[in-house]
Amino acid sequence: MTRKVAAALGLLIVGFTLVVALFGPSVVRADPFAQDLMNRLKPPAFMGGTDAHWLGTDQLGRDYLARLVYGARISLLIGAAAALTSGVIGITLGLLGGFFGGRVDDAVMFAITCRLSIPLILVALAVVSAVGASLTIVVTTLGLLLWDRFAVVARTTTMQVRTLDYVAAAEAAGAGLFHVLFREVLPNIAPHLVVVATLEVALAILLEAVLSFLGLGVPAPLPSWGLMIAEGKDYMFFDPWVIMVPGLALFTLVLGINLVGDGLRDLFGVRRRV
Amino acid sequence: MWRFLLRRAVLAVLVCGTVLVLSFSLTRVAGDPALAVAGPQASAADIQAIRVAYGLDRPLPTQFFDWVGKAARGDLGRSYLFREPVANLVRDRLPVTLTLGLVGLAFALVIALPLGIVAALNEGRPLDRVVTLVALLGQALPSFWLGLMLIILFGLRLQWLPIAGVEDWTGFILPGLVLSFSAIPALLRLTRSGMIDAMASDYIRTARAGGLSRASIVCKHAARNAAMPVVAIAAVQLGFMLGGSIVIETVFNLPGVGYLAWESVSKNDFPVVQAVVLLLALIYIGLTLGADMLNALLDPRLRA
Repeated sequence: MTRKVAAALGLLIVGFTLVVALFGPSVVRADPFAQDLMNRLKPPAFMGGTDAHWLGTDQLGRDYLARLVYGARISLLIGAAAALTSGVIGITLGLLGGFFGGRVDDAVMFAITCRLSIPLILVALAVVSAVGASLTIVVTTLGLLLWDRFAVVARTTTMQVRTLDYVAAAEAAGAGLFHVLFREVLPNIAPHLVVVATLEVALAILLEAVLSFLGLGVPAPLPSWGLMIAEGKDYMFFDPWVIMVPGLALFTLVLGINLVGDGLRDLFGVRRRV
Repeated sequence: MWRFLLRRAVLAVLVCGTVLVLSFSLTRVAGDPALAVAGPQASAADIQAIRVAYGLDRPLPTQFFDWVGKAARGDLGRSYLFREPVANLVRDRLPVTLTLGLVGLAFALVIALPLGIVAALNEGRPLDRVVTLVALLGQALPSFWLGLMLIILFGLRLQWLPIAGVEDWTGFILPGLVLSFSAIPALLRLTRSGMIDAMASDYIRTARAGGLSRASIVCKHAARNAAMPVVAIAAVQLGFMLGGSIVIETVFNLPGVGYLAWESVSKNDFPVVQAVVLLLALIYIGLTLGADMLNALLDPRLRA
């Protein structure tokens, strides 16, 4: 019972964020980029501010609600695009390793071990700094770094499926390698991969926020939630809400995605992997 | 047994080699490091002079093997920014990062192990639900944001703890706590599932039938068997935590390797960046190798 409530709550959070990201910018009329230096750091309406800026304004007088809503777009976009990229890489590697075993599998395991050995955040920072910060670069960098869990899960589940009768039947019927891998094996391990995908979307969103917070992610003036926290950091002692608002948004979205992931795990009967 | 250890060691060496190539090429993807060192106003002659001074005019493979050869002897090159040997910079800052990592791991174990055991002993009951919820919340908390919030709460409002730097041991409490949050969910879940499996096993039933006290069964028999996978994951998590120290050290202004790396990345100080990437990777490889060997010693089934 509680599990269903948790999954429903997760769906509600993710669904709400999706709606906000898609339609929010046309409902919130304020411009997330328009500066108003006479009205800097106005508190939210419920903390003594005015209705003109419901969530207050930032250090440059930009409407905080408009920036938060626009930031949801960036978070979801980066989360989905990075998970998609890393999914393609990781699932291909995992399928090949798990299906062929032997030398191929050794090579795949080696790639996974190497990937896990390099420090994720530092390498992402170095790449973004070297190539130049932009939305595309952040997505590509995260996509190229976050494939390890996809590969591990695809590999183990492919190994379990590989010896089953329907795979042998397809091979006996003369199906090509491509058909066997992507039409027979992949659909049968898909539930596991969908669960991994939710985890990776959440992780990519958190990492984008970290990179932007450290100044090497989404470039200003784009309103990434991580960047909003970085910009608000200098004012947090007097106006803590400046970092509370984007931080709570980030926390809630990631929690929601994880809740959906747990719900899917229960639905598919997939066992949790650490 | 020896075959397993040998295979594992060879793998570690191969991974080291790949990491060497990766960390070297990482600083070359941007093109010519000399341009970044010289700055935007430098003339072509200046840039050429820098190239020669830092040996950047030589072919890439020569530069690579020269770097590897010197690194093996502890010479990691000179920092462009600090005009000091990289090895000295890293050596001065490593103790802070290692202390932070160990404090983080200690917090993680002290919090995760009891919670995991309590959850396992109350499987399916409200207490278990609450603990699982804690793991879920911990997983969703952005560490840098948690750090800032704790700084506001404990540093500014309550004034219990320092908000930056490490004058004494109290400076490690908040950063260590924040760092531990990244490891708690995995450790907690693993302890919980390990304890559930252990409590359902035959030797626990025998111990119960023999009339041992519940405390003795849980502490002496079940927890000991559930601990093994936790040791392996704890080593991996320590490696990840040292990598994550870059965020925490920046938030709390700790003079560690992570903060050094962040400074170097933002100022294009390539020799330092590649040295820190290499160092963190080597520590991770060493930790996982050690954990695998320890596990092989403890559990004969893993040696096959």
